[in-house]
Order: sequence, then C-alpha cells, then structure tokens
Amino acid sequence: MSADQLVFWIFAPIAVAGAIGMLLSRNAVHAALFLVVNLFCIAVMYLLLEAPFLFAVQIIVYAGAIMVLFLFVIMLLGVDRGDDLREPLIGQRPLAVILAAAFVVEIAVAVRAGIGFATMAPEGFDAVNRDGNARALARVLFREYFLPFEVTSLLLIVAAVAAMVLAHRRARAVTQAELERLGLLEPPREEAPSP
Amino acid sequence: MDALDWALLVARVVAVFAALLVAVMLTIWFERKVIADFQTRTGPLRAGPRGILITLADGIKLFFKEGILPAMVDRPVYLIAPVIAMLPAFLAFAVVPFGTSVTLFGREVPFQVADLNVGILWILAMTSMGVYAVVLAGWASGSNYPLLGAVRSSAQMISYEVGMGLAIVAVLTYSGELSMTGVIEAQSRVWNVIPQFPAFVVFLIGGLAETNRPPFDLAEAESELVAGFHTEYSGIRFAMFFLGEYLNTVTVAAVATTLFLGGWRGPWFDGFAPWLGPLLWFVVKVVAVLYVFVLIRATLPRMRYDRLMNFGWKVLIPFGLVWVLLTGAVVVLPQEIGRRGVLLAGAAVLGLVLLASFVAPLVQRRREVAS
Amino acid sequence: MVRLPLVLLFSAVLFSAGVYGVLARRNAVMVLMAIELMLNAVNVNLVAFATALRDVVGQVFALFVIAVAAAEVGIGLAIVILLYRTRESINVDEVNLLRW
Repeated sequence: MSADQLVFWIFAPIAVAGAIGMLLSRNAVHAALFLVVNLFCIAVMYLLLEAPFLFAVQIIVYAGAIMVLFLFVIMLLGVDRGDDLREPLIGQRPLAVILAAAFVVEIAVAVRAGIGFATMAPEGFDAVNRDGNARALARVLFREYFLPFEVTSLLLIVAAVAAMVLAHRRARAVTQAELERLGLLEPPREEAPSP
Repeated sequence: MDALDWALLVARVVAVFAALLVAVMLTIWFERKVIADFQTRTGPLRAGPRGILITLADGIKLFFKEGILPAMVDRPVYLIAPVIAMLPAFLAFAVVPFGTSVTLFGREVPFQVADLNVGILWILAMTSMGVYAVVLAGWASGSNYPLLGAVRSSAQMISYEVGMGLAIVAVLTYSGELSMTGVIEAQSRVWNVIPQFPAFVVFLIGGLAETNRPPFDLAEAESELVAGFHTEYSGIRFAMFFLGEYLNTVTVAAVATTLFLGGWRGPWFDGFAPWLGPLLWFVVKVVAVLYVFVLIRATLPRMRYDRLMNFGWKVLIPFGLVWVLLTGAVVVLPQEIGRRGVLLAGAAVLGLVLLASFVAPLVQRRREVAS
Repeated sequence: MVRLPLVLLFSAVLFSAGVYGVLARRNAVMVLMAIELMLNAVNVNLVAFATALRDVVGQVFALFVIAVAAAEVGIGLAIVILLYRTRESINVDEVNLLRW
C-alpha cells in the first residue's frame, strides 16, 4: 500500500464518520462540527488528487467562512438544542438504509461496468500542473472560463446584497407574532351588527 | 525520503514547537515589561533576572490550579476548544521560513518545517481556523457572557479576515509567488514594505483583529463581558487559551516579517556561520513587529463594536480592494500599454480621486442642509 | 495513486448521506448543511475526474461550485433568519403553506 492509499484509507472513513455524525446528532452545533471534520477530510482528498490550490480554498472558504457563518446563525437564533430526530413516516429509516445500500451496489456495478475497479488515476499530472497548480488553474480560469468567472463574481455580489436586504430588520417592521407575545396586539374586535 | 530525512523532519518540528513555546514565554514577559515602562512601573521583577521567568511561574501556577467544569457546559466541545486555540497557530508557523539552511550529516536542512507551494494560502487557511476556538469556547460554556463574546468575535474575525486576505492578495500579486520562499526570493532587491506599505498597514490591522489583540479585543472586553469567551475556563485550559493567543500573535508577526519585511534577509559577515545571520535578522524583525503590537496596545483604547464593524467593512475592505486593483494595474499595465501610458493613466485616476474627494463633501453638505 | 473508482464510491457515500440529511432533518439549518455535503461530494468527483483525465478544467469547475455554494449559503441563511423572525421556528415541516 503506497503512502497515498494509506492517507486515503485514514481520511475517507473519518470523512464518512463525520457525515454520519452530522446526520445523527441532535444538536445543531455538534452537527456543524462533524461537518467541519468532514470538510477537512475532503480537503485532504484534494491534496491527494493533486489539487493543492483547491485544498487551501476548501479550508478557507468552507471551514473558515461558510461553517463559521452556520455557527453564527445557529448561535444568533439559539436553535441549537433538541432537534426532533423521530421519523414521522413509519419504517422510513430501515427502508432508507436498504435503499442506500442498494444505491451503493448500483454505483459499484456501474463503475465496474464503466471503467472497471482496477482503473488507476494515471500518473503524470505534473505536466498539467507545470509551474504550480495555482498557475495551471489561472491559465484555464482566466482564458477559457473568463466569462463564467465574471458571472460568478456578479452572482456573489448579488447574493451578498440580497442576504443583506433579506436579513436587515427595518425599524418599523414588527411581526404579528411579536406583537402578540408582547401583548400589544388587541384581539380582533367583533364588528357591531349593522342595524 | 529515508530514515535520516524523516528524523530530520521530526527534529525540525520538535525544534520549532519548542522555539515557539519559548518565544511565547518571552513575548509575554516583553509585553508586560514594555507596558510597565509606558506606565512608569517596573513590571515583573522577581522571577529570574529582570523577571524574565514570570511567564513560567504563571504557567506553573495555572497548571496546578483546579480546572473547574461548570454544570451547564457542553462537555466535548468545552474540552476541545482550548486545543483548537493552540493548533492552528502552530500549523501556520510550519510554512514560515525563519532562516536559510544548514548542512547536517551531509543533508541540506532548511530552516522551515515544510515549503508548501501554496504556503500563503495555508496561512490564510490556518488563521481562519482560529475563530473556531473562540466561537466553540463561548458557545460550549453555556453561559451568557461567553456566548456574547463568541458571537462578537465570529463576526469580527470573518470581517477582518477579508481585509487581511486582501492585503495578502496584493503582496502575492506584486511578487507573483504563492510559496513563502518565493515571496522572500522576490524581496531580494527591495522589501515589500516599501512598495506595498498600505497593504502592510492593512495586514497589521487585520492581524491585530484576527488575534483578538487590543484595540480589537472585544471578544474578551472585561468591562462589558466579564472575560468574554473564556469566562468559564480556569486552570490549565485557560492557560491554553492564553498560550494560543500569544502563539497567534507571534505567528502573525512572523508572517508579517516574511511577507513585508524581507523575512530573514539582512546584511551579515561573509564566511562566519552563514546560517546564523538570517536567523538573527528574522528574530530581530519579529521582535520589531511585536513591539509595534505592544505599542498599539499601550496607546489605543478598545473600539466600540459598531465602530469596529463600520471600520472593517466601510474602510478597511474597500481600501484593500482599491489597493489590490492598483497593484494589479502596476503589475500588468506596463506590459500592456508601456510606462508612459501608466503614468498618464495614473495621473488621470489621481485627478479623478481628488475631484471626487472635493465634490463628495459638498454634495453631502447640501444633502444635510436639504434634510 | 488512489484508484479512481474508490474516490467515486467515497463521494457517492457522502452524497447519499447528504440526500438523507435533506430529506430527514427538519431543522432548516441542518437541511442547508446537508446540501453543502452533497455539493462537496460532487466536488470530489470533479477533482477526481480532473486528475484521471489529466485536465485541470475539473478543478476549475470545483472552484465555481465552491463560489456558488458560498452565495447559496448566504442567501439560505438569510432566509432562515427571516423565517425565524416571522414564524419563531425554523422547522421546515411547519412552513408548508408558503404563506405568512
């Protein structure tokens, strides 16, 4: 077993365990932490697959920004305790497990029929990654995919503005629920019967 | 890689680890002494010569104190958080070259744990991990003040990380390198701090905010939040937070040295222990940056939270963006339109900016009058 | 080198876990997290194929997916906050009428 395979067999089970832990933890903060573990392992996979730039981006963007945003919202709303994990549909969970197993088998069969289990990722990504993975990416990104890149940047700024507009609390916008809780809302008065 | 290579790698890791711990010890003593000087006190005196062992004494005291586990804590997260506080700082330091290299047992041993070819991004990644310690500690304590500290700092650290990232982007655009050794290589003629001075300032401000140092220590503002995110921590776990914070400070200073101050570059005698000079220069520069940090702490009052956010988003980030744009223009335009064109375009832009800075207050005043 | 089918199976497992999370969890934040898991599984595939086909374009796509995911999370969490303000709950089962 080569060093690469060893690393894969260490981190892949941890990643899967992180994913399953996320699904099964009642507490949203614990779930987020399991997901962080999972994302880290995926970052290591990128390193194995000779994508060191994506490795760094994965940690910076996902673990450093997106998951912190999740934690921030969970703490801000205080929705971190006691998520109900019971299934409302009877027998859904065993069925899901069976179907999931079937799905994995199906994928395995498809992979076997398509490319065979013995396929190795070919050596020699070095030629593509000449003078560094970042340069190789930049060469493709800023030539062939320049328009998509710009569109994505537009999407990001639109999303940022939209998030601000959505979450910004206007001074006078008080919801009915809040008014009722504060006892400020008068009960709807019965219309006097018309004579 | 054979056994000797592995042994040398392990030796380097252990040496860096130990050196960082000693560095933290000395940094804390240094900070206390300098601040004492500012306030015309003497500072620590008793433990060791001029009180240099004060941190060791404090550490021993904290080690033997009772580690209280409050009733409302979320146990696993509460116990993990202090470890997370220390880990990213150590890992970030792994890519910082603190000297040239030395020949041992016939092998060339670089003064750097690992030279990643995405070294700068690695540092960004690790500094962005630092926020987890604060957030998790605050949340897991199950108490109000720590939670407030955690929420404050998560927003603060994400915001200032953007500014810091922009400063780094400017540097790597300018030097055209993603690895730390490459950045130092690119500073062989002139240190980045001269052409990239605005980025240096942005980086220092962002670094202060990332490490929760004054004037950005809102996550642990004692006048507002008791002790902030580590209110419920005591004994050795508190010591780990303390250690982590100063580790981060040292790491940020080392990164600033590498990115802007030429790393280990400096004049040295020919032929006499060629590895010693760079090492000394590196240490001197890091201490200089640390001195600036302490200076800022001794001088400036803590910021108010809304002002902190306003400054981060409305001043630091736009400024960083404009600077990245300018840097990009300076790097690319000479190839495209020639030096003359660049000068003309620069003059035009400068003129427009000046015009805007004259017109904007007028418009604002008119609007104020109108309202 | 790691075998390509292994990586594909790995990402299939992660993707399935994500699907289960989206379907079974009722906390809206958890649903968003499960979506992130699915996106990451797709990214692993893209990068794996990039390596297998010796073409860096797969990595470029993964980069786009990460950027779009960041935008999606921003909007998604803003909606969750809005939901919490109006309904005092972020249980997605309770938001089945799509009206206030």
